[in-house]
Amino acid sequence: MTDATDRPDPVEGTDPAPHEAATATPARARPAATAPDRPADSRTPRVAFRDARPPSGVPVFEVGGVSVFYGDHEAVRDVNMTIENRQITAMIGPSGCGKSTMIRCFNRMNDLIPTARVTGKIRYHNEDLYGRDVDPIEVRRRIGMVFQKPNPFPKSVYDNIAYGPRVGGFKGNLDDLVEETLTHAALWDEVKAGLKRSALALSGGQQQRLCIARTIAVKPEVILMDEPCSALDPIATAKIEDLMEHLAQEFTIIVVTHNMQQAARVSHRTAFFTSDIDEAGVRHGRLVEYDETARIFSNPSDQRTEDYISGRFG
Amino acid sequence: MTGPRRRERAAAGSSGFLKRSQPRHGEKVVMVLLAAASLVSVLTTVGIVIALIPPAAEFFQKVSFGDFITGTEWSPLFKPPHFGVLPLVTATLMVTVIALLVAVPLGLGAAVYLSEYARPRVRSVFKPVLEVLAGIPTVVYGFFALKAVTPLLQDIWPGDDGPQVFNALSAGFVMGIMIIPTVASLSEDAMSAVPQDLRDGAFALGSSRMQVSTKVVFPAALSGIVAAVVLGISRAIGETMIVAVAAGGRPNLSFDPLEGMQTMTAFIAAAGIGDLPTGSTGYQTIFAVGSLLFVMTLVMNLVSIRLVRRYREVYE
Repeated sequence: MTDATDRPDPVEGTDPAPHEAATATPARARPAATAPDRPADSRTPRVAFRDARPPSGVPVFEVGGVSVFYGDHEAVRDVNMTIENRQITAMIGPSGCGKSTMIRCFNRMNDLIPTARVTGKIRYHNEDLYGRDVDPIEVRRRIGMVFQKPNPFPKSVYDNIAYGPRVGGFKGNLDDLVEETLTHAALWDEVKAGLKRSALALSGGQQQRLCIARTIAVKPEVILMDEPCSALDPIATAKIEDLMEHLAQEFTIIVVTHNMQQAARVSHRTAFFTSDIDEAGVRHGRLVEYDETARIFSNPSDQRTEDYISGRFG
Repeated sequence: MTGPRRRERAAAGSSGFLKRSQPRHGEKVVMVLLAAASLVSVLTTVGIVIALIPPAAEFFQKVSFGDFITGTEWSPLFKPPHFGVLPLVTATLMVTVIALLVAVPLGLGAAVYLSEYARPRVRSVFKPVLEVLAGIPTVVYGFFALKAVTPLLQDIWPGDDGPQVFNALSAGFVMGIMIIPTVASLSEDAMSAVPQDLRDGAFALGSSRMQVSTKVVFPAALSGIVAAVVLGISRAIGETMIVAVAAGGRPNLSFDPLEGMQTMTAFIAAAGIGDLPTGSTGYQTIFAVGSLLFVMTLVMNLVSIRLVRRYREVYE
């Protein structure tokens, strides 16, 4: 990965109308990496703004009036959004705007915080994610998650990948699965000589890619990423972004990021969160604007979004 | 006690404004006091070892080490005396094993519950209560074993040949109860110290709470857990009052936990409070048995350190 520096800076806005420009030139689609069954895909790795894919019409998540409370404090208020199949959705916003809280709702990680409570509806393929008979363990096997700080288990590289399949009762050939998974995550060549070595001996970027590989080893449908690059240097970040683009061909990805350029580079759709203070003086996170990434970064409809992306706030 | 310290000499003509503006004598005094505090414990240990050696050496000039370690009869104060320490060793091991059979599963179970399952509120009540158990005097445990557990065992025992009045079973059982807090509290500390990141990672892969506990938290905390168990074993081997009260004072080479038997520590206590003349062979047996006890715990500690090095998973 050498193009970390030659990517155009999206916020500079070298292209006055990147959204239109990108859609007008579908021929720039990457020929090799693009899945053949989606010829209309106009994603190219070098454009400033990722174009939204044509709506697949398959909503994965439908979020309706979701609020999240920690004890009595309402951390996120009344979020409504629809997340579609095989798109990268970025969630951006200043610290404390509730984007990390929100992403943890999608695989019920908030269940693990004793005081957390989620109200409203999140439908996953038309199934109520918080329904009475929904098993959070089953949810998390379908909706995986990658965290801010690389958190490989203090086990070997092999055992890190094999962990998820093992606890899920995988019966096939683990060796094959590990190789296939690591290849998929573009990590195989770097670790194949040291599969039995501790995962903690890898570099931070490799550890994070290992965590992504570990997540796809259980073959989820959705991958949630909570600031996956915030602990990494630019080169490692670029590798993760490449991997995300590659994985978006099969997985639905939701990524929380502080890095607006990253959101602009990798995502198809962007949700901008901010924190408001209501009449009662209580600070809470809100979804301000949710649209195609190109539109959010070139022509946002809300003043707060524009202030944030232009660096006037946050 | 300070290491070699490099002092920067002010070059000729420098203004010296970086020099220490006032002497800090207090800091030196504090350092000396702290060093003395740590020295006391080290010197005590060394002193005990030194005190053990001469009488034990004299003992082994009269009794061959082979006879001591393999002999099956222990009657050093009778005539003719027998110096076979095996009955004491087997009694010690028997009581310790029974104690561990009680303390390890219950202690680790309690630790996993408190660290991984209990809500913070429950933990904040349970842990102090558990630690109170560690504060009960051991002689109380001894009489609890003798006057409550043994009669209970005799009552509920199916068949006629139940436990004797003094027996290894109730002593070991109560000793196990006594060391539960040690095992539970230290293991719980080790498990709580495992970063939440690792648990989150495991949960996000669809693990149940049990899988997170056993496959991620437990291995990561293994060194601390083994340390807790080793400390429990050390306490069990060294425990004196419970066995002196509840297991009896008769050396008995037997593998039947229902019988009374005398452990190494119980012998040392019994002989020590007797009026053995200093320098007699009977007096020296105390030191011989004490040295053996010391070596046993030392070897066990070394072995467990090795085991931990091999199997632990080091998180950052």
